[in-house]
Amino acid sequence: MKKAGIIMIIGSLLLLGLFKFPLWNIMLGAPQYPDPLGMNIYIEGIKGVQEFDLQNIDGLNHYIGMKTIPKAEEMWEFSLFPKVIIGMVILGVIIGLLGYFEKVSYKYFLGWFLLMSVLGVLGMYDFNNWLIDYGSNLDPHAIIKVTNSDGTPMSYKPPLLGFQKLLNFDVTSLPHTGGYLMFLGMLLTLVAFWLGRKVSLKQLNNTPNKALN
Amino acid sequence: MKKFLNISIGFLIIAFAFTSCNNGESSKSNSALSTNAAEKVYIAPGEHDSHYAFISGGYSGNLTVYGLPSGRMFKEIPVFSQFPTNGYGYSEETKAMLETSYGFIPWDDSHHPDISQTNGKLDGRWIFINGNNTPRIARISLTTFETEEIIEVPNSAGNHSSSFITENTEYVVAGTRFSVPIPQKDMPIKDYKGNFKGALSFISVDPEHGHMDIKFQVLMPGFNYDLSHPGRGKSHGWFFFTTYNTEEANTLLEVNASQNDKDFIAAINWKKIEEYVNNGGGTMMPANYAHNVYNETTHTATSTIKKEVRVVNPAEIPGAVYLLPTPKSPHGCDVDPTGEYIVGNGKLSANLTVHSFTKMLKAIENKRFDGDAYGIPILKFEDVLAGSVEQPGLGPLHTEFDGKGNAYTTFFISSEVVKWKLGTWEVIDRKPTYYSVGHLTIPGGNSREPFGKYMFAMNKITKDRYLPVGPEMEHSAQLYDISGDKMELLLDFPTHGEPHYAAAIPAEIIKNNSKKIYKLSENEHPNKATSDADTKVIRNGKDVHIYMTMIRSHFSPDNIEGIKVGDKVFFHITNLEQDFDVPHGFAMIGANNAELLISPGQTRTLIWEPKQVGVWPFYCTDFCSALHQEMQGYVRVSPATSTLPLSWSLGE
Ligand SMILES: [Cu+2]
Repeated sequence: MKKAGIIMIIGSLLLLGLFKFPLWNIMLGAPQYPDPLGMNIYIEGIKGVQEFDLQNIDGLNHYIGMKTIPKAEEMWEFSLFPKVIIGMVILGVIIGLLGYFEKVSYKYFLGWFLLMSVLGVLGMYDFNNWLIDYGSNLDPHAIIKVTNSDGTPMSYKPPLLGFQKLLNFDVTSLPHTGGYLMFLGMLLTLVAFWLGRKVSLKQLNNTPNKALN
Repeated sequence: MKKFLNISIGFLIIAFAFTSCNNGESSKSNSALSTNAAEKVYIAPGEHDSHYAFISGGYSGNLTVYGLPSGRMFKEIPVFSQFPTNGYGYSEETKAMLETSYGFIPWDDSHHPDISQTNGKLDGRWIFINGNNTPRIARISLTTFETEEIIEVPNSAGNHSSSFITENTEYVVAGTRFSVPIPQKDMPIKDYKGNFKGALSFISVDPEHGHMDIKFQVLMPGFNYDLSHPGRGKSHGWFFFTTYNTEEANTLLEVNASQNDKDFIAAINWKKIEEYVNNGGGTMMPANYAHNVYNETTHTATSTIKKEVRVVNPAEIPGAVYLLPTPKSPHGCDVDPTGEYIVGNGKLSANLTVHSFTKMLKAIENKRFDGDAYGIPILKFEDVLAGSVEQPGLGPLHTEFDGKGNAYTTFFISSEVVKWKLGTWEVIDRKPTYYSVGHLTIPGGNSREPFGKYMFAMNKITKDRYLPVGPEMEHSAQLYDISGDKMELLLDFPTHGEPHYAAAIPAEIIKNNSKKIYKLSENEHPNKATSDADTKVIRNGKDVHIYMTMIRSHFSPDNIEGIKVGDKVFFHITNLEQDFDVPHGFAMIGANNAELLISPGQTRTLIWEPKQVGVWPFYCTDFCSALHQEMQGYVRVSPATSTLPLSWSLGE
């Protein structure tokens, strides 16, 4: 259990990367933007990849009536997410430590992983909702109005994950360093669970023999 | 009778020159077609050239930026001329750049660009260029590609042997072509001889900011100082100037200044003079010259008139100046990359003369003098001669070096470039040019490390090379590959103005430093408006100041009322864009000066004096976005007696 506890602690600590590196990245390239414009989504707010990218994205988006990219204080998510992450790191480290001293069962590792997964899915769901609103809740006085073939207004929602063409822009949406560190951390807690389970099963196998003696 | 004889000699020389040029290889050659030249200059769409070439615009007063090997023109940088394309010299911020002691001079004849150096290598920070007519030196930033500073040179006339720089950009020189009375005065022209002087100005360059200051002027005998080059390597600390008219003639110079068999190369030990000056040597002399500096954060130029200049008499500084006899009115004065050889191209000489720096020092040490000129020792020709290239062509002008021990000299009369070897003086190759070549450039030519892949020749006459466009054609440049033993003509390309001389540099040295925008947060223009909240209109007597912003695709404000006939309206406009290559234009109907082109983050001011009652439009001239046509506004102009208050609005 010692090894499993250490891995659990390392896994949880990797989430701290989210305070330094972006969770997600959306790049917008177009013929007149050979250096694509980009936004990095941190758990504490959205920043441009280059210094003036957000301003330039907003400048372009006003033609189609999109809202400006929200500042950190304009979305409750950006004050809640850091707290949730810190909470999960502390929880994970405590579970890891208790596991290390064999005070709790390896099953808590799985429990942490499942909780983190549920929170992650909720986060993605929220993020997707925001993208939908950002891409389709357009100013009715927009200068350029593009409709789908069925007459409904076109949505400019960037993809949650992957690549999509939006008018003249090629939009790519992928996890970034912080996100990858989080996934790796979560994977490690799963490894910790598996290792803990293996050790514990071995102990279980040994115990009856001892009892027989 | 004597005059007649002189004229006949003159005609004879010219006749000889022009008949000779019909011999040999002057027939038009299309040898480029037989090679893969097209492939060697082809830059696929979206790809970048490997070199920048900065070609002087001559009488356009500009500097044009080209790519090599494609020969594509990228930019025209206004330096000494007003430029309607972006309002340089017309906008309130840039007018000061063209101030001189003679007042506002909106043109010049820009000749010799030279790129700044550190330890003898091109560092790509600045490029300097001279204004020939109203003596001036300009410094252009190679991050913004804008003219940042212009200093006028007093006591000078025909600022031709400029603007060459020393190997750590300690000095940029401004040598006068014409000698004049110093100080200027009303005197008979026929008394020229012995009374006129030639000022060679050493302008120090601040290593940090590049700011220029005339450190001293050497008042030389009244010859014509034609071209110059700094020493380098072993000869660092010296500067060499060719002279003609050592006869000191003042009329019909084509004959009267071609009488002496030898003129001089003046060798100036500037380190010695610098030391003399630093110890208080020389005298401060009253003078009157403008120093114009453009500030990149206020986006504004200021002009200051300076009132004195330090002059030194070379005869009073032993060991500072020597004269090297050089045959027949030498034009180019070129120093090889090692600093050992000084090539003096005698325009009327059949041979090329090359002096040796080492031999010069030895002759000085042994005091092997052949008299003096106004107290300046003259060395003996044989003592300083390194060798000569025998009969290489007709009318030699300029020489550049490839860094591999070869020299390339242009021949104006025989229209060709001749490649020869330093030390053995043998001719290796010759290629025709089309036609009448002046200067030639090898990237890094004026440095210790030339980049000897390309050479281009700048020709004076273009006839029949391009589709005809009436009696006047743009000049042309021709690009040669010099990486092999033989030169290979790759490309003809037209140039703008007179491509007098050029400096070139590998692209990677400067392209990553090129500025993309001016940051609004760093804009310190006193009349900026960095957001729509800052926009306003203020009346101050008859002056009305409009503080306006521009962004795709509107001006703020776009409706302005309360202006009256007879007002002087100042449009102070700030471009709020922070995106690369998104300038906006501003044009006002009836403006008597120019339009403006305002870079992202920049502020510019245009004056408009409305003369007629009405509602007058302004608009953006630079197609900036899908709604560029909508980027417009109106100014209502009321009679001078109107009491209509000022008002302005956007979106109402
Ligand atoms: Cu515009």
